[in-house]
Amino acid sequence: MANLADLKIGEKGEIVGFTDELLSLKLLEMGCLPGTEVVLTHLAPFGDPIAIRVSGSYTLSMRREEAETMLIKRT
Amino acid sequence: MAKTPKIALIGNPNAGKSSLFNSLTGLNQKTGNFPGVTMEKLTGIWELEPKRPVEILDLPGIYSIYPKSIDEELVINILGDPTHPDFPDMAIVVADASNLKRNLLLFSQVRDLGIPTVLALNMIDVAENEGYVINSIKLARELNVEVAEVNAKKGIGLNGLKLAVVKTLANRYASNDALPLPVSEEVIQDVQAAFGEGETYRSLLWLMEHDRMKMFSTQQRETFDAIQNKHHFSSKKYQSEETVKRYEQITEVVDRCVINLNRQWDAAPVRTWTDRLDKFFLHPVGGYVFFLAILFVMFQAVFTWATYPMDLIDGGVASLNEWLKGVLPNSAITALLTDGLIAGIGGVLIFIPQIAFLFLFISLLEETGYMSRVMFIMDKLMRRFGLNGKSVVPLISGVACAVPAIMSTRSIGSWKDRLITILVTPLMSCSARLPIYTVLIALVVPENKALFGLFNLQGVALFGLYLLGFFMALVSAWVMKVILQAKEKSYFIMELPTYKGPRFKHVALTIWNSVNAFVFEAGKIIVAISIVLWVLASYGPGDKIAQSEARVRQENPSLQGVKLQNKIAAEKLENSYAGHFGHFVEPVIRPLGYDWKIGIALITSFAAREVFVGTMSTIYSMGGEVDDENATIKNRMRAEINPDTGKPMYDAALGFSLLIFYAFAMQCMSTLATTYRETKSWKYPLIQFGYMTALAYLSAFAVYQLLS
Repeated sequence: MANLADLKIGEKGEIVGFTDELLSLKLLEMGCLPGTEVVLTHLAPFGDPIAIRVSGSYTLSMRREEAETMLIKRT
Repeated sequence: MAKTPKIALIGNPNAGKSSLFNSLTGLNQKTGNFPGVTMEKLTGIWELEPKRPVEILDLPGIYSIYPKSIDEELVINILGDPTHPDFPDMAIVVADASNLKRNLLLFSQVRDLGIPTVLALNMIDVAENEGYVINSIKLARELNVEVAEVNAKKGIGLNGLKLAVVKTLANRYASNDALPLPVSEEVIQDVQAAFGEGETYRSLLWLMEHDRMKMFSTQQRETFDAIQNKHHFSSKKYQSEETVKRYEQITEVVDRCVINLNRQWDAAPVRTWTDRLDKFFLHPVGGYVFFLAILFVMFQAVFTWATYPMDLIDGGVASLNEWLKGVLPNSAITALLTDGLIAGIGGVLIFIPQIAFLFLFISLLEETGYMSRVMFIMDKLMRRFGLNGKSVVPLISGVACAVPAIMSTRSIGSWKDRLITILVTPLMSCSARLPIYTVLIALVVPENKALFGLFNLQGVALFGLYLLGFFMALVSAWVMKVILQAKEKSYFIMELPTYKGPRFKHVALTIWNSVNAFVFEAGKIIVAISIVLWVLASYGPGDKIAQSEARVRQENPSLQGVKLQNKIAAEKLENSYAGHFGHFVEPVIRPLGYDWKIGIALITSFAAREVFVGTMSTIYSMGGEVDDENATIKNRMRAEINPDTGKPMYDAALGFSLLIFYAFAMQCMSTLATTYRETKSWKYPLIQFGYMTALAYLSAFAVYQLLS
């Protein structure tokens, strides 16, 4: 199963689940619900942290290791 | 007379909450403290109708009612506790219309807590630019609350908001239309039976967050735990289900009230300014270059622009003192007034231009949304040193003052990252060090030289000192990271807000508030120490001071005029209490190149380093008859001769040694007190004081020995 950290800049995915309960609470609150479309928009220098566009409405940044807990389906 | 109603202002970070607060209250703001916590409390008065004021309470920006960091805990402690002195009569939830669903999550939680709520829809223009049309009348009906469309930045729509608030205060809408929360009724019934609470959602909040709420006793917490165990209730699982459930309902409401024109016309997504700017600001190379350039411009500006008003203040205070000494009778009271009090006040006023410039830059960076880009590009780098991208804000704010900087570490979720940030932040050169740097750099760095024919050499030296403080903070953080082996996860899930033009009113208010706080908070200490110092420098044990004049005349029969007066004054100072203190520490500081006069300044600046310049002016204005043209402290220090070598006292070795000492030493009672408050232990302020003093002493020693 792919996770968010596998995306390249410009690639899209749809959230299918989470592997870390505590982080998932924070991500859910921020609007990252299963079924939401995300696009990888920016990589910080050294490729970490990353920034995604959440359902076309705002930009969210997180570390690579945090992105790995978000499971996605490439679209 | 009826009690002034309290209204809590709540919203997501970047939703425009503080803009709205400023638009509503203007200059009628006041900062205070919440009882029991160290969080700064910002309140303001809003004239709802003529002679009908309401009190607005600005709460920290949050994404949901469930706290994820310490500063967010404050919100449930107020909103979840009807007995709390700040529990509001109603709430205004500010929502960013361009990101409506996420903003409505918090709104729905606040409303369900049973607090009458008005929804203030902000940034409708942004939403419309992106193709969203919001039917706010329909939204009000669906959510069963008053909705007001506002433009917080421009202060438009405030009358509509007033109307909504007046209606809500009058009607006290029953809030919860039986929200189907994903939990069995027995759980809630058990909480209600044990605690006599009527509101369903508040009961649930208590059950889940009782550990973070100060209103409960240990025994009550055990009761909550027992209820959780009885029903196999998992807070995390419930929270996650609740969030999903709320989003489902919000999505249904939003789909009925908002039309997305882009989707209907199948248009390409709008390419915004933010995207274009981020291409540059987040660039792997360009991003860093730009950040460094901004910092560099900031310091060049602070050093060159601020010197004009500073010279005016410095000269003004000196000539005021001259004039007073001329017209007032020559007495101890006059001396206390001029050399003690006015010299001390001058030492406070001289900070104002630089503090104002620094806060201008910092608040511009915050306002425009650039600061979170800095966190983004710095996180990986900072993490290597045991810090966190979010440590950048405390570190940069530390350039103004370590006290608010340490308080701003509360947004860092991880305790270890936060502790390290707190411990190293005072190594950043704060504004109190600036006057010391300014005076000393002027003494040892040539004035009219330029580096590469472009940069003022003194400005470069200043920038170098700031960089040095920063690198030392990184190195210390790295050492602490190795020592502190806490296995704790930190996270960095953070919104990158859209870029916005700065709200100049807000910038001006920030500058005003910080200058104000400095002049009245720090100023009191500085003036008090200046006066104590004057007394210590004017009186001494026994009758040695009284006999100074006779002794000097006897020992140096050939001396006359100004030279004689200087010698007598110096003799008096040396025999004063301050002189004795200075001599007492001289053996310890001799290897750094310091004499007993600097010793006096070091002792007084252990409470607050900013008194250094004031102390120096007190010491040197007593050390000689002031001659009009060389009345400023800089010139007096430049004229000081080292009695051992006959050369100027303040040469490069001593100057740089002092600069390094002041760059690293922990000389601020307020910072230590803040560290104590934030860590709730004396251990950490002691560690902070110890390691910084050792660092300062050893580095200054090395510099002096290398250069002399």
